[in-house]
This record gives sequence, structure tokens and C-alpha cells, in this order.
Amino acid sequence: MFWFDHLIALPILLPLLTGVLLIFVDERRHELKLWLNAAGILATLLVTIGFIRLIGNGHFNGDTGVYLAANWIAPFGITLVIDRFAVMMLLLINLVAGASLSFAYTRWSRLEVHFHSLFQFLLMGINGALITGDLFNLFVFFEVMLAASYGLLLHGKNKARVSASMQYIVLNLVASFFFLIGIALIYAATGTLNLADLARSIGELQPTQRTMFETGAALLAIVFLTKSAIWPLGFWLPVTYGAAAPPITAMLVLVTKVGVYVLYRLWMLVFASDASSSTGFGSQLLFWGGMITVGYGSLGLLASQDVRRLASYSAVLSSGIMLTLLGLNQAELTGAAMFYLFSSTLAVTAFVMLIELMERVYSPAAQMLAITMEAFASDIGAKGNTGVIIPGAMVFLGLSFAFCAVVMSGMPPLSGFIAKFGIVATLLMLSGDIGPSLNDWLFIAALFTSGLFAIIALMRLGVRIFWATGHGATLKLHLTEALAIFSLLLLCVMMTIAAGPVRSYMDRIGDDLSSGDNYIEQVLNRGAVASPSSSGGK
Amino acid sequence: MELVLAIAIGILFAAGIWLVLRPRSFQVIMGLMLMSYAVNLFIFISGRLWVDKPALTIEPGPIDPTLYADPLPQALVLTAIVIGFATTALYLVVLLASRGLTGTDHVDGKEREVY
Repeated sequence: MFWFDHLIALPILLPLLTGVLLIFVDERRHELKLWLNAAGILATLLVTIGFIRLIGNGHFNGDTGVYLAANWIAPFGITLVIDRFAVMMLLLINLVAGASLSFAYTRWSRLEVHFHSLFQFLLMGINGALITGDLFNLFVFFEVMLAASYGLLLHGKNKARVSASMQYIVLNLVASFFFLIGIALIYAATGTLNLADLARSIGELQPTQRTMFETGAALLAIVFLTKSAIWPLGFWLPVTYGAAAPPITAMLVLVTKVGVYVLYRLWMLVFASDASSSTGFGSQLLFWGGMITVGYGSLGLLASQDVRRLASYSAVLSSGIMLTLLGLNQAELTGAAMFYLFSSTLAVTAFVMLIELMERVYSPAAQMLAITMEAFASDIGAKGNTGVIIPGAMVFLGLSFAFCAVVMSGMPPLSGFIAKFGIVATLLMLSGDIGPSLNDWLFIAALFTSGLFAIIALMRLGVRIFWATGHGATLKLHLTEALAIFSLLLLCVMMTIAAGPVRSYMDRIGDDLSSGDNYIEQVLNRGAVASPSSSGGK
Repeated sequence: MELVLAIAIGILFAAGIWLVLRPRSFQVIMGLMLMSYAVNLFIFISGRLWVDKPALTIEPGPIDPTLYADPLPQALVLTAIVIGFATTALYLVVLLASRGLTGTDHVDGKEREVY
């Protein structure tokens, strides 16, 4: 046990403490709250970068950091596990959170009370779900994440938000019940909830236990597939995303990605290999479900008249591609999939924020929204400092939109293209002399068609907004808002420039995930720290 | 005893599902509560049903685990109850907000149009 082992608890503790601290700061001291919130995110980011360095320098055994909470050894106590996959997601989540906070600075965060606390609790839930090592804690962190997201979805309440919340909450509560039943079934079948222990014992199950285990796993899959919006469980997504405030929508996009993350983590660990007759359990369902989701997302993109729907369907599309890649069940693909996940998440969240700016330019709905905002805004928000307004707003908006469109549709030269190219190249290389299978071809076709649909939908929108005359004069673009979008897009550009190193890091994530034995060994073999009394009171 | 509990859970769940699919938000919340009872019972029996076995308690000397019921589902169900309670309360608040904003307790925020 080294000092840096204790850092593993920080991605949960930091947001928790920041969130609690923020409750006690008066709402009138808005700037202070904002800075505290930003400091919390920054600290988590620093810790995450610390993890990348620690793992890179081989400080953790087997490149997997294990933290035994309260010093209980692995199958019994709460375990937190850090590996490259978790660290990459932590980085992505907290970068987007920072951008989203910056975007919320001028308007949305001033609208109602406790925005910043809820924001930090949401991060705590997400971070916890990423690094937890057992199923029940996954449930707890999911609930923390969801409870905060209910609050944030209601932020700036109007009719649309409240009725969207009603449906979102009921859906997620029912999903939580499925989660609990799945956990109970798995516990009854295997007698453990620790992920590593589960993955170890899956090969030894009796047939009756195996049936029970697979039923439980299928119920869990329903929960995570609902979160990651697979067709037909994803109908909540466009409604919810359309109703939420834009910085919140960006955070909800992250929640979708957590669903995808958990599916990758659990499935690769438990079912991808060494699972006796359960090997590859449900991969056909993942593949076809993912394919239909890609189709649904693409058609949705083409059909949406409303800009917000467009963003929702592009999130659905990227989830669909991730699920299909998982369903193909080829470990070597994981690196390419991770690159795609990173790039598409950055682009979609930037796009979500851009949409609000575009709505301010041309849509009457935005004006209505502004009126609702006035009605509900507190006095603080109305007369508060609204930040620096930068010139050339339309130029910035147009360029960012073009960037987003290029990344989202996978056109060269930005990271979206590299991601899709990586996926296709890996698929073709893996198949070797025999050539790709029918499923591979179908997926490649779907990938390209969805890109085409995305570019058609986005170009149509771009033409309607930027080439139609008579709007541009009214847009006020604040520095913080521009900064949020700019930094997300800059990350996409950096991913393009440093595509080699980033991709090789992602490939190592793929290696980690496909060799689950290392994870199992590291978690289960981590010994407890000797008690102070027996080791002479150090 | 297993059969009785299984039937009870089944009835609770069936009633819950039916209520959740109803259009009034009050019915929905009743359905959610019934479902959460069913789920809690389900978690509880996942540690098997035992007669005459108390929960694990700390006693002097070595402990024979076969004399005690499995403590983990009990801990899980406690957590699940608390979380379910909190989220249901939250839904109740949203329900009231929706009632106040839209003037109806229909889950869609508006009454169905009758043709």
C-alpha cells in the first residue's frame, strides 16, 4: 500500500466534498460557487492525469490500481478499481463537465438554487460508477447519478421540463428495479457481487445456477441498454435531451456514455471469454440491437425538424455504433471503439451547446424560452454580471458548426474520420485472407450510410441557419460560452494531431479489457494492510 | 413458504406494472411503490429463506456461519429501501410541480383529447 493508492478514492470524495461545501455557500455569492465548482472539477482532472502518469510509469501492479475501502479484502468489502479504461472515461467526463460548467456560467447556472451542488453530485455518481468494483456499488452510484440528473433536468423548470422529468424519472425508477432484481438473481446464483469474483466463478457454475445468472445478467443488460438508448429502449432520450437546458443535456450525454462504459466493462470481463457455455452471451442481441439503433438514429437525423432532436439522434447514433462494435465481440476492435467514443462524445457535447447559440439566432422557440427564463429567473440572475461579450459571433458559430459537423459525420480530416477509419481498417485487417464476414460488411455499410445521413442532415441545418440572411446581428456570444465549445473542439483537433499516441493508448485499453485475468488477479489478490497494532504501530 | 412468498411477489409486481402503465400520475406512484415492495422482498429471499436463523451478530469466540442467515441481502435490501424511498419522494415532488404547472395529473401533462 503506497500513498498514491489512497488517491483512488478521490474521484468520488472530491465531488462529494465540493458538492456538500457548495450547499453552504449562499446563492448570492454566485461567482464564489462557480469557482469552487470549477476547482472541484479541476482537482478531479489533476488526479486523473496523476493516474495516467502513475499507470504509465508502472506504479500500480499489473497497471491496475485497487483500493480496498476500510481494508476489507476483495470479495467482501467495497473495492475501487482504476485501470486505463476507467481513467480514460474519468478524463473524458471531467473535461466535458468543465466545458459544460463554463457554458452554464452566463445564464443557466444562475437560474435556480443548488445548480453547482447537483452538478458535483452528478459527477460523483458518474465517477463512482466508473471506478467501482462491485455490482451493488454500481447500483448505488447509478442512483446518485440519476438523482442528481433528475434535479438538473428540472433546472429552470417549465412545462416541457417537468413533463419530460416525470417520464424520465419513472423510466429510470423502473430500470432501477430491474437492476435490483438482476443483482439479487446474480447473488443467488453465484454468492458474490464483486465483478472480479463473478468473472472468476462464471466458468464453474452448475447449469441451474447458470440459467439464473444469465437471467440476472439479461436484466442488468436491460438497465444499461436503456441508459445507452438502444432501440427500442431509447425513446426517452430525444424527449429528455430536448427538454433539458443545454449544459445539462451535455451532462446527460455523458450519462448515456456511462451506460456504454458499464456494458463494455461487464461484458468484456464476464462474457467475452472463459465463461464456459456463457461465452459470448447476448452478443447477437447487442449486434442487431446496435445495428437497429444505428438505423434509427440515422433516420431520426434525417427526419428531425427540430435542432435539439438532431443532437439527440446523433447521440443515439454514436451509442448504436458503440453497441454494435461490442456485439461484434472482437477484442482487437476495442481500441478503435474507444477512440470513436472519445471523439464522438466531444463532438456531440459541443454540438449540444452550439445548438442553444443557434437557437438564439433564429428560432422563435428560443425567444419563448428566454421569456420563460425571465419568469423563473431569480433577481440575482437578472442583474448579475453576464460576462464578456466577444465580437465575430457568427463567424465563430459557423466555424464551430462546420467543425462539429465534420467530426460527427466522420469526414476527413478531423478525429471523427480517424475514428471511423480506424474501425473499418481494424475490421478488414482482422478478417485476414478470408475477408470480413457478412456481419462485418453490414456494419461497415451502416457506418458509412449513417455518416452520409449525418452530413446531409447537418448540411441542411447549416444552410438554413448560416446562409439564410437577416439573422446574424442579434447574437450575443459570451466569452465563457465560446470557450466551452472552443475547448471541446480543440480537443478533437488535438486528437487528430496526436492520433498515433492516443490510438495506441486506446489499444492498450483494448488489451486490458480483453485480458480480464489480470483485472481479476489484481483485485482478488490485493492483500489487506496489516493492522497498526500487529505491525508495531506505524 | 417459498411458494407463498413467490406468489406474493408476483401479485405485487403484476399490480405494480398495471398501475405504472395507467395515465394518472398518482396511479403511477402507487405502482412504483408496489413494485419497490416486490423488489425488496425479492432481494431479501435471494439469500434463501431460513427458519430459526438470526442475523449475524458479533459474539465472543469463533463464529459458525451456518448458524446464521446470510447478512448480505439484508444489507442490500436496507440500502435499496432507502434509495427507493428517496427517489419515490422526489417523484412525488415532481408530480406536484407538474400538477401545478399543467393543471392536470395526466402523465403527459395534458388530457387525452376525446374524439
